Amino acid sequence: MSGFKVEKQGLLTTVQDKGRPGYQQYGIIVGGAMDPWALRLANVLVGNPDGAAGLEITMMGPELVMTADTKIAVGGGDLSASIDGKDIPLWTAVPVSAGQTISFGKPRSGVRAYIAFGGGIDVPEVLGSRSTYIKAELGGYEGRELNKGDHVSLLPKTSDVPRRRLHPSLIPDYDKTRPVRVISGPDEDLFNEDTMSRFYESEFYLTNEVDRMGYRLEGPGLAPEKEAGILSDATTMGTIQVPAGGQPMLLLADRQTAGGYARIGTVIQEDMPRVAQYGPHEKIQFSAVKVEEAQQLIIKREQAFRCLMKLLHL
Amino acid sequence: MIKPLGDAGVRVSFGTEISEEVHRQVRAFTSVLEREPADGIIEWVPSYTAVTVFYEPWNLSYKEAAEHIEKLLQLAEEETIPEGRTWHLPVCYSSEFAPDLEGISESTGISPDEIVNRHVESLYTVYMLGFTPGFPYLGGMDPGIAVPRLTSPRSSVPAGSVGIAGEQTGVYSLTTPGGWRIIGKTPVKLYDPEREEPVFLRAGDKIRFRAVTKKEYEQIEEEINKGAYEVTVEGGRSS
Repeated sequence: MSGFKVEKQGLLTTVQDKGRPGYQQYGIIVGGAMDPWALRLANVLVGNPDGAAGLEITMMGPELVMTADTKIAVGGGDLSASIDGKDIPLWTAVPVSAGQTISFGKPRSGVRAYIAFGGGIDVPEVLGSRSTYIKAELGGYEGRELNKGDHVSLLPKTSDVPRRRLHPSLIPDYDKTRPVRVISGPDEDLFNEDTMSRFYESEFYLTNEVDRMGYRLEGPGLAPEKEAGILSDATTMGTIQVPAGGQPMLLLADRQTAGGYARIGTVIQEDMPRVAQYGPHEKIQFSAVKVEEAQQLIIKREQAFRCLMKLLHL
Repeated sequence: MIKPLGDAGVRVSFGTEISEEVHRQVRAFTSVLEREPADGIIEWVPSYTAVTVFYEPWNLSYKEAAEHIEKLLQLAEEETIPEGRTWHLPVCYSSEFAPDLEGISESTGISPDEIVNRHVESLYTVYMLGFTPGFPYLGGMDPGIAVPRLTSPRSSVPAGSVGIAGEQTGVYSLTTPGGWRIIGKTPVKLYDPEREEPVFLRAGDKIRFRAVTKKEYEQIEEEINKGAYEVTVEGGRSS
């Protein structure tokens, strides 16, 4: 059993899974897929456990030549995935044989796609995860992004599955015209009321500085009332920090475990899939939501996902 | 004070200023939390003044998480805090490893040798780890050698560099951009993904720096590369 060879390098292609929780108190980040739901769903479509490792593809995808027969499923953003030049549908398990080429074209919607391979990518587990943390050269394929010429192995398939397509109700909501929901705080007291309403009523734009660590946003100033520097403290996926300059930063998968800027709020998990699909210069708006409501949404999604796994005997 | 950090995190705060007393409360709380985590709690991140607990909302609601924390806060009042370990880290303060030592000397009026003496004299407390894997935020430095961060951070600070930022001192665990003023370098790897325990420091541990010559630094570095060097440590495990 082999896997695939990287024929052409994409913009940024990394091995990712659900992440590496449990080590944040030592400064080791959780990392993992920017859009974990897309990867989890793609995994179950090919009969993998949802924590199997797949590829995260960014904007311009790579070209991969298969060296094994297996099934793949592509989820997340639509980056025009194809096999031997023929378009393949998203959220669908499709067979692929040794010698065939997986490639990507123009991004149609979103900026990140995920490929799950039957069996999952075979790289060593480091601290319980196969996800790549480039900055610390940890996990993934030699701790780095994939380059031309790399040979990547797959694990044996754990279950064989018929061609499957995901029910549309299970696909995450990627509608970017809707505001992204945020739970305020914990440093909301450092901002005056006007600033808080400006945050929830204004339009923000992503700048050019966008990566797996976070997005720098541009919009009306949100400078905190008091000195912007707080003592370094925990952040999480989706936390929005505001430095003294007043321009917010939205923290993502490869964020540091702790940051020293005022945290105006955190995006709810239900809305993170579409946050992961924003590209430079796109418009983003925020709306306030209570923690109880956010938890109902994510519980519903998790339960639906578990039903699906049960249905597929995973 | 208990507050949400998103829909899967809850932050409990013990104060707003760095102090030994607040640190003691943070440690007492993490100590009981470690013993009695509720189902659904994944991990927690202690900081200078707070502990943020991450949990799975489908196993534990925000309300339940907050109630559990209230209960632990009461238990923490009676908690005996485990003794942290003391690590002895060799540091070479030679000018080639200390690009900011002269500058600090100029702005404080203290000679470079005296700055090194004062830096070596103190016993430091690891308040938290973060920024990069294994980067310790240390408290307990002589305030006389405190200097602000560089106004414009360096694009690359080598791993092992020992720096000062205000009254904090710390050690870069990875080669990264950084704005702390660099006064020396340790050959010890605070983060090593090849090691069974990539990060050996824990919040609550103590650090003592030991000044070594360039030659000793190189000897230790060689031993580390051969896997033959053990960092001197006193005391039991803190967690």
